Amino acid sequence: MSAPFVQVSAISRSYAMRSGMFGRSTVVHAVDGVSLSIPKGETLGLVGESGSGKSTTGRIVLGFEPSDSGEVRFDGKPMAPLGTAAWRAQRARMQMIFQDPLGALDRRLPVAAQIREPLDIHDLGMPAEREDRVRELLRAVELTPAHGARYPGALSGGQRQRIVLARALATKPDFLVCDEPVSALDVSIQAQVVNLLADLQAELSLTLLFISHDLRVVRQISNVVAVMYLGRIVEIGSADDLFARPEHPYTQALVSASPAPGRRSAGRIVLAGDPPNPAARPQGCTFHPRCPRAIARCASEVPALSSIGGNRQVACHLVTGAETRDAA
Amino acid sequence: MAPLVSIRNLRVTFNGVQVLRGVDVSLQKGEALGLVGESGSGKSVTWLAALGLLPRHAKVSGSVLLDDREILGAPAADLDHVRGGRVAMIFQDPASALNPVLTIRRQLCEALALHRDLSGDAVKAEARRLLDLVGIPDAGRRLSAYPHEFSGGQVQRIMIAMALAGNPDLLVADEPTTALDATIQAQILELLSSVRREMGMAMVLISHDLGVVAENCDRVAVMYAGRIVEEAPSNQLFADPVHPYAQGLIGALPPLDGARRRLTAIPGTVPDPARMPEGCAFAPRCTLASEACGLVAPSLAPIAHDRNVACIRAEASRRALLGIAAE
Repeated sequence: MSAPFVQVSAISRSYAMRSGMFGRSTVVHAVDGVSLSIPKGETLGLVGESGSGKSTTGRIVLGFEPSDSGEVRFDGKPMAPLGTAAWRAQRARMQMIFQDPLGALDRRLPVAAQIREPLDIHDLGMPAEREDRVRELLRAVELTPAHGARYPGALSGGQRQRIVLARALATKPDFLVCDEPVSALDVSIQAQVVNLLADLQAELSLTLLFISHDLRVVRQISNVVAVMYLGRIVEIGSADDLFARPEHPYTQALVSASPAPGRRSAGRIVLAGDPPNPAARPQGCTFHPRCPRAIARCASEVPALSSIGGNRQVACHLVTGAETRDAA
Repeated sequence: MAPLVSIRNLRVTFNGVQVLRGVDVSLQKGEALGLVGESGSGKSVTWLAALGLLPRHAKVSGSVLLDDREILGAPAADLDHVRGGRVAMIFQDPASALNPVLTIRRQLCEALALHRDLSGDAVKAEARRLLDLVGIPDAGRRLSAYPHEFSGGQVQRIMIAMALAGNPDLLVADEPTTALDATIQAQILELLSSVRREMGMAMVLISHDLGVVAENCDRVAVMYAGRIVEEAPSNQLFADPVHPYAQGLIGALPPLDGARRRLTAIPGTVPDPARMPEGCAFAPRCTLASEACGLVAPSLAPIAHDRNVACIRAEASRRALLGIAAE
């Protein structure tokens, strides 16, 4: 297999947080030793609850935020230092799509002008050709030039997210980081945007890092899914297999908590306790205070992410390979 | 048996724009009814209007019977007895529903003093019992805490405790778990169904999430553009939806197991309430629409025991679902 298109090795990011005006500052480990690799044209899904570090991971991968350690390699090369010409050239090949399209767009500018902006900034194509390129991009996201003349306020949520997508595609990127791109949309519109994203990915052979809390949407679009909990990846595996047979107790609870039409909530795993606080991370396995199967070792020793066969990796002392899989 | 609540032909107009266009729905004692639909379909407005909670400029007409007594347009004194007493409501954003500068005890005791004949130590004991009931650990001490000292899931538990303060016959939960993480959502939904069972309370669960509604309700009503388009027992609705919009909503939901398939998106967008199409509001987006659909808006009509659908193409739609060619 060729080298992965996007290679993230052991990135970490911590912040100093002060509680109250005169409080002592505590260190918050938002991301702790995350490694990921995405082959060209494929999608890696990143799921987790709030505070799990999935968005921070996405921001570090794009270079919006520096990493304390580790490195991100893009198309075989390390990321150039922030602000240099080489970095700018690299950045034009990667784009980000956020959850809130209204916040990502300028309300006082027609949307076509906003799609054109990255072409002007990165000086792509002859100025005369840029209008055609904007029309082409609008068509790619299934909108008309009439939509382009409108302001963001005059478009629906789904149409705005299409505009954001068109703008992200303007520089012909190879890599997109999508941070909860459809979470704010109604289910029927969500399906339109998910289908559109899948079509564009196939057509332009885009590589995607798809961040979401919604297991269904992530499974729909991803080849491989990684589950994060308090800054670490606790389980990673192929999308179909992972949710069908989750191994990590946290993934199991997450899958079980996902409501399904036509199934009554019999035998649901309901986790006790509060959502985790990144500022007060437990010792050992960070999930052990809420884990229904925790043993003494979990409280003292951090489990390493290790392969249990297939392409599945799990970070849990209780999951160690083929025999536990049969027993489960 | 007379229903607990019976809403008939409820219409709401904001500044000349009709947003609720004739809603009929009723609820038995102890029943859990789910209300699903996309943003702007009128799920929340239905209950805000029924309880007289809409701003003054909203024009509301129709009838809302609570135990055979009309509460729509009832005097404020009567409504104050109904709201919080017989019918309680919880909202999506629990943090903004609590007063940040008062302790939980003050806020819980206020609700208890308003709706229950309790005083002095009895109020405090009851407040503590409620907090225990909704699963706040160390309830006795936590009563003197302020809202910001609780997590999002805990604040929603406190809101449920306040809603239970008046011993309501009906709890209207408007997107109670939308702002919460998946594992916390599971906790809150379990709490809601356990208190409902214990207190024999009816519940209306408003949600955009079909899964949440399906798992927690006996019966589901699907709303579209200010009307109910289909009403059915929840297992039947999800196994065999009849209205093309209900079919579309279920088809648009990505599966969590089994083979992945391309999602069947509903084309187009929800119509603007100010420019509602003639006839059936869903017709412009409907793959089965015929010429007749654009003429008259279909009314909610029974197609089987306990099932109502507002679609003149209901039979055709059913055949299409089962893969039988229309004769």
